[in-house]
Amino acid sequence: MNPVNYLYLASLLFTIGAAGVLIRRNAIVVFMCIELMLNACNLAFVAFSRMHGNLDGQIIAFFTMVVAAAEVVVGLAIIVSLFRSRHSASVDDASLMKL
Amino acid sequence: MSATVVHSLWTTTAADGITKIPAPNIEYAQLSPVLIVLGAAVLGILAEAFVPRRGRYHTQLFLSVVALAAGFAAVVGLAAGGYGTTKKHIAAMGAIAVDGPALFLQGTILLASIVAVFTFAERKLDPEAHGNRVDSFVAQAAAVPGSDTEKAAVKAGFTTTEVFPLALFAVAGMLVFPAANDLLTLFIALEVFSLPLYLLCALARRKRLMSQEAAVKYFLLGAFSSAFLLFGIALLYGYAGSVSYAQIAEVVNGTVQNVDPALAETMGNDALLLIGGAMVLMGLLFKVGAVPFHMWTPDVYQGAPTPVTGFMAAATKVAAFGALLRLLYVVLPGLRWDWRPVMWGVVIVTMLGGAIVAITQTDIKRLLAYSSIAHAGFILAGVIAGTSDGISSVLFYLAAYSFVTIGAFAVVTLVRDAGGEATHLSKWAGLGRRSPLVAAVFAVFLLAFAGIPLTSGFSGKFAVFKAAADGGAGVLVVIGVIASAIAAFFYIRVIVLMFFSEPKPEGPTVAVPSALTTTAIAVGIAVTLVLGVAPQYFLDLAGQAGGFVR
Repeated sequence: MNPVNYLYLASLLFTIGAAGVLIRRNAIVVFMCIELMLNACNLAFVAFSRMHGNLDGQIIAFFTMVVAAAEVVVGLAIIVSLFRSRHSASVDDASLMKL
Repeated sequence: MSATVVHSLWTTTAADGITKIPAPNIEYAQLSPVLIVLGAAVLGILAEAFVPRRGRYHTQLFLSVVALAAGFAAVVGLAAGGYGTTKKHIAAMGAIAVDGPALFLQGTILLASIVAVFTFAERKLDPEAHGNRVDSFVAQAAAVPGSDTEKAAVKAGFTTTEVFPLALFAVAGMLVFPAANDLLTLFIALEVFSLPLYLLCALARRKRLMSQEAAVKYFLLGAFSSAFLLFGIALLYGYAGSVSYAQIAEVVNGTVQNVDPALAETMGNDALLLIGGAMVLMGLLFKVGAVPFHMWTPDVYQGAPTPVTGFMAAATKVAAFGALLRLLYVVLPGLRWDWRPVMWGVVIVTMLGGAIVAITQTDIKRLLAYSSIAHAGFILAGVIAGTSDGISSVLFYLAAYSFVTIGAFAVVTLVRDAGGEATHLSKWAGLGRRSPLVAAVFAVFLLAFAGIPLTSGFSGKFAVFKAAADGGAGVLVVIGVIASAIAAFFYIRVIVLMFFSEPKPEGPTVAVPSALTTTAIAVGIAVTLVLGVAPQYFLDLAGQAGGFVR
């Protein structure tokens, strides 16, 4: 199968993720959409790696996974602390600083 | 390349494959600034685990300051050894560049961080809680605001001394960021300095809901932008078949040797290059805080603990501009005719947008946030000059700006009322009559932001605008001067408010800081005046640093 098809799939997943970030209102769901975007990047890296026949892209995919895991640790800590003090994880409710 | 060949890359018999992999050659001495700071950060984590609670604050403060000072000494040693000029090269198997701009920016980041750590450690501003001196950071981050757990933590005298190792990790990432010489290192460095900053934002002792809100906004938008950066990296990797800056630049310029069939196919695809380059630029412009990627700046600057805001505003900006410069000058110079018009637009809306929206602000931290957006625009004007003068003027501006910013936010921490810092502008009315010294110091910082002669802001702006004009961006300079005039209006308005209006009876008090904050403010004033009155030595220093290793 032509590896270019995987690139189309990666772009599609990335777009779905980006749209989700912009549309969804729950911080956890927004965060899951960001993870989807990172995984779309991974797919693109691996597909390009296959096209070029070098391993850089596959190695980068591992790095991305580690970064995504670290991001989950930090992000969930922040979102959970926000939820515990407000009893809501909606990003619309967090508007103390609007003009 | 066929599937079997790729498959064989992974499955070659172990004995054969492993002997063929050469051991990486890492120049540890040239990476010493980063390694020292990272090592100290790890030690700081261990100190959190093993040092008794009473001794942690002093241990952490000592460790952080010593590590940052040692890192700075290492940078000076490398610069004195000629690594900035004649011996500049690419270390760590192509991952890290050791050259003039990298060393200059690393030195700036380290010095600014020392000053910022002083403001982190200030414990005399808040009144003592149950006989324990407290700093700007929450007693226990996991406790719900206003809960019994939090009250118990405050009573027990807990403090979040983890802020020091977090800051050190952030500094280590910032040191790598402007020196990164491949896109993977760039991305990892970005995350290494961003993740601790997200946490630091959530740790304010007062106004905790606002602080947590700022952290969530910063985190979600920061992660969103780094996903764009990563997809851009993927596309550039697809275009050039490599993430190394040198290789990508060769492919962009069309001077690449050994074109295999796969590369020949992808390098003909300009969409990969243009979209990839744009997305990477987008990620960096987000960190810089340029319009239209600035939305996070005011909320995060307002909600974060003020010492953290000062640190972020100064050090992050230096690191991000360093990475942006290297990307535009080393990787994408062959694409100049494509990125210049876009960057022109970004510069114009950033300068004007930041300056105009700042006029309507009523909160001093938000005002400084919009002012930092406007300054990002001025610095970007130097970035797009495309000459070596452009590089050195940007380096000088960043050094001058970072100390003014930390000093200004340090002054903001001093003006307090019962609810903590009194950040609403109306409360600053008549401050000059009550505490002339503090108001005068703040006025000097505001004049430096406005770019009045004899302050560092003037020499910086002059250098940047001169480089931009020489680089063929005369129109930008005119718009920049107009934006400066608009910006000067609201800086002067604050000065007028402080000195020429009656103080309110229930107005805020000015806390008497310890030697730590006093030092931070004094360094800010000293740098502002020295770089304003006698900038030549430092301009020469930045001029010698100009020139990236390729």
